[in-house]
Amino acid sequence: MQMQPDLLQEARRQAEICNACRYCEGYCSVFPALHAERAFADGDLTQLANLCHNCRGCYYACQYTAPHEFDLNLPQALANVRQDSWEELAFPRAAGKAFQKNGALIALVTVLGFSLLFWAARALASVGGEGFYAVLSHNAMVAIFLPAFLFPLVSIGVSLRRYWRHVGAGPLRPGQVLAALRSAAQMKNLKGGHGDGCNFEDEDRFTHARRAVHQAVMYGFLLCFAATSVATVMHYVFGMPAPYGLFSVPKLLGIAGGLLLTAGCVEMIRLKLRADRQLGAVRAFGGELAFIGLLGFVAFSGLALYALGQTPAMPVLLVLHLGAVLAFFLLTPFTKMAHGFYRLAALTLDAQRKG
Amino acid sequence: MTSDSPDITIIGGGNAALCAAITAAEAGARVLILETAPKPYRGGNSRHTRNFRCMHHGPLGPLVDSYTEEEYLADLMKVTGGKTDEGLARLAIRSSEECLPWMQEHGVRFQPSLSGTLSLARTNAFFLGGGKSLVNAYYRTADRLGVQVEYEAAVTHLDLDDDRVTRIDYTQDGKRHSIAPKSVVVASGGFQADTDWLARAWGPAAKNFLIRGTPYNRGVVLADLLDQGIEQVGDPTQCHAVAIDGRAPKFDGGIVTRLDCVPFSIVVNKDAQRFYDEGEDVWPKRYAIWGRLVAAQPDQVGYVIIDAKSLELFMPSVFPPIKADTLEELADKMGLPADALVQTVAEFNNSCGDTSQFHPTELDGVSTTGLNPPKTNWARPITEPPFYGYSLRTGVTFTYLGLKVDDRAQCAIGNRPVTNLWAAGETMAGSILGQGYLAGFGMTIGTVFGRIAGKEAAAHANAT
Ligand SMILES: Cc1cc2nc3c(=O)[nH]c(=O)nc-3n(C[C@H](O)[C@H](O)[C@H](O)COP(=O)(O)OP(=O)(O)OC[C@H]3O[C@@H](n4cnc5c(N)ncnc54)[C@H](O)[C@@H]3O)c2cc1C
Ligand code: SF4
Ligand code: SF4
Repeated sequence: MQMQPDLLQEARRQAEICNACRYCEGYCSVFPALHAERAFADGDLTQLANLCHNCRGCYYACQYTAPHEFDLNLPQALANVRQDSWEELAFPRAAGKAFQKNGALIALVTVLGFSLLFWAARALASVGGEGFYAVLSHNAMVAIFLPAFLFPLVSIGVSLRRYWRHVGAGPLRPGQVLAALRSAAQMKNLKGGHGDGCNFEDEDRFTHARRAVHQAVMYGFLLCFAATSVATVMHYVFGMPAPYGLFSVPKLLGIAGGLLLTAGCVEMIRLKLRADRQLGAVRAFGGELAFIGLLGFVAFSGLALYALGQTPAMPVLLVLHLGAVLAFFLLTPFTKMAHGFYRLAALTLDAQRKG
Repeated sequence: MTSDSPDITIIGGGNAALCAAITAAEAGARVLILETAPKPYRGGNSRHTRNFRCMHHGPLGPLVDSYTEEEYLADLMKVTGGKTDEGLARLAIRSSEECLPWMQEHGVRFQPSLSGTLSLARTNAFFLGGGKSLVNAYYRTADRLGVQVEYEAAVTHLDLDDDRVTRIDYTQDGKRHSIAPKSVVVASGGFQADTDWLARAWGPAAKNFLIRGTPYNRGVVLADLLDQGIEQVGDPTQCHAVAIDGRAPKFDGGIVTRLDCVPFSIVVNKDAQRFYDEGEDVWPKRYAIWGRLVAAQPDQVGYVIIDAKSLELFMPSVFPPIKADTLEELADKMGLPADALVQTVAEFNNSCGDTSQFHPTELDGVSTTGLNPPKTNWARPITEPPFYGYSLRTGVTFTYLGLKVDDRAQCAIGNRPVTNLWAAGETMAGSILGQGYLAGFGMTIGTVFGRIAGKEAAAHANAT
């Protein structure tokens, strides 16, 4: 793979300064990993970049930021390498290159998702189905969504293998994965090492805002995902097709998750708009916002569907929701969504190296 | 003279100034900070620090075991060769213990001793993120307490009427301002960034020195006060200087420019001649001596030569070493006379003996025989290519000349106190330290005397 040499070189230059300084050692797991090396190969920098949560603690604490001639901006240097690694490791690569930085393309795919669903609803309109299935037959949904669900899994699987090779990791052990999951579940690193949170929306002030919002998005998403999974099991294993009542497991999970996810995405966008863009991957900003917008729309349209499922608005809402879900699934490996998988891989390797 | 003059004006924006400002504001005074640096460079030398030295009975915050007053004082006496004001030193040491929780309450966060500094885990508490994060936290706290901060506000003159400061003049945005606060705290550091002054004090060689910290500590206020007869303390010709990477920037290179490779090297001057025992003691005890040694060499520069087997024995350097496959090539790249370097290395190598006891982190006694000057520890022949070189220059940390204060941080004129003038931090550190330096003591002095000055200044302002 061919990552951008100028981005790697800039990260290397800064990592060497940090390695002589070490003042930020306590902020996150990037620094202990960094200080364990003397020279930084491309794979080392990629690993450091994917360990970084962009909490910005090390930027505001740094005595060498511009106008100082050392011009330290480690969060940005690592964000650029991280972004580049997601593009280069994507499978297929061209899709990573196309979507990661491009909010307009993400929006376009979403609209295409809507169109496809409108077309399917018309062309394959089911005869005699009930509820949602009156709009689109169950079989048609499966025909569209099964591949759309499996494709990203395969794609991310390939990418993670590429990552593992690129960073020179050893054989995987279950304990390492567990350690990574535990760290991710608590977003330990976003606490900033002292438990006061991170710097994001208000320069050097430490707050838990970003961590809280990220938790809302993550757990909201997981709840929605669980709702869909439970519904699938109920459908196939217990022969209980949708629609489900308000107090059914899928609805309870789905509503809670949908609310969390919608609120989380709105708040995340607000935080990002307030934060200093120069401390992240500047060129990927549009792509990130578009992705969060899409994720929020998936959640919001899902909630709307719950609320208005018995009204004449239902068919339109269903098509919009399913179109967004389709776009979301297909784009997962090529948007910010992929970061969760790489982060887990990086945390796993970190656990491995700490042994 | 404006009616909205604050109760207290603090000159400077580093650790000592902020500790004074916070303390005074908490005592109910209206406080103004005048900081000559622009906001990104606020915080003087304090932004470059990493720890402070703290007495403690039993584990405290990040500190392990205990560190008693007597042990602390003994450490101080050792490095200053007894040139210490014991009363003020004990005051600083004793107060340091209550400083740590105070710092935490005001936003400072600590971290375990950094990798590579384990020897300090008991005595020195490290700031998470270093001194700039400490400074940031204090500015946030000061802001919450209503302290007003003016950046790029350079104090030029304090007007004295007998034993009272009546007026402060400063410039900002090219405009002159005057204010008349009730109390004044000077916390504007030493004069080391004024290289003309350094050259007057030390000799012309000082023009080649690098300044490790802020370019803004030019001693303007110090000179102004001393000229008006305020009591002074400390040797005016002396500065604390260490040997650093010769490629460091003129100012503000900070901690990363340190080089820890000297004990594993030979060091030559620009004529490729050795001039001192590189293995006399472990580096933390020698880096200050080497600042002076290098200052005494032609052009104030030294060259460190090591070979491949020593490259990974010391902390990584900020700039990569100069690398060559032969000594001739290395000499060429470093601008040294090749023949002389080859000969110096050969003489050194020939006088090395048994190296089987070599131990990089202890005084191993592996020494040269019959060489002048000798190398008394870690003397291994320089034979294994590639060869590596660094240049060394003198890096000034701070100057000793300062304002003399009493145990209430108050300045004096003649033998009377100046009724409304206090000083804290580097600018009065000479009152305690006559020479030498103990790692982490600068921030201790600033914190302890900053808080005292803030309290006294507020008491005076509140009473008038
Ligand atoms: C690289 C480096 C590392 C160090 N590491 C440590 C360490 O780890 N631990 C330790 O204890 N000590 C350390 N020291 C020493 C330490 O920095 C000082 O002892 C301490 O910072 C002094 O604090 P201060 O507030 O007195 O001065 P400073 O922090 O230097 O603040 C002086 C302030 O005065 C301002 N000022 C100057 N002139 C004027 C004027 N005319 N008008 C208005 N404002 C003015 C400056 O801009 C600055 O803000 C280090 C020093 C250096 C250079
Ligand atoms: S970000 Fe700055 S302060 Fe932190 S370790 Fe790197 S160089 Fe040092
Ligand atoms: S931005 Fe935060 S997570 Fe990233 S390296 Fe800096 S301190 Fe660590």
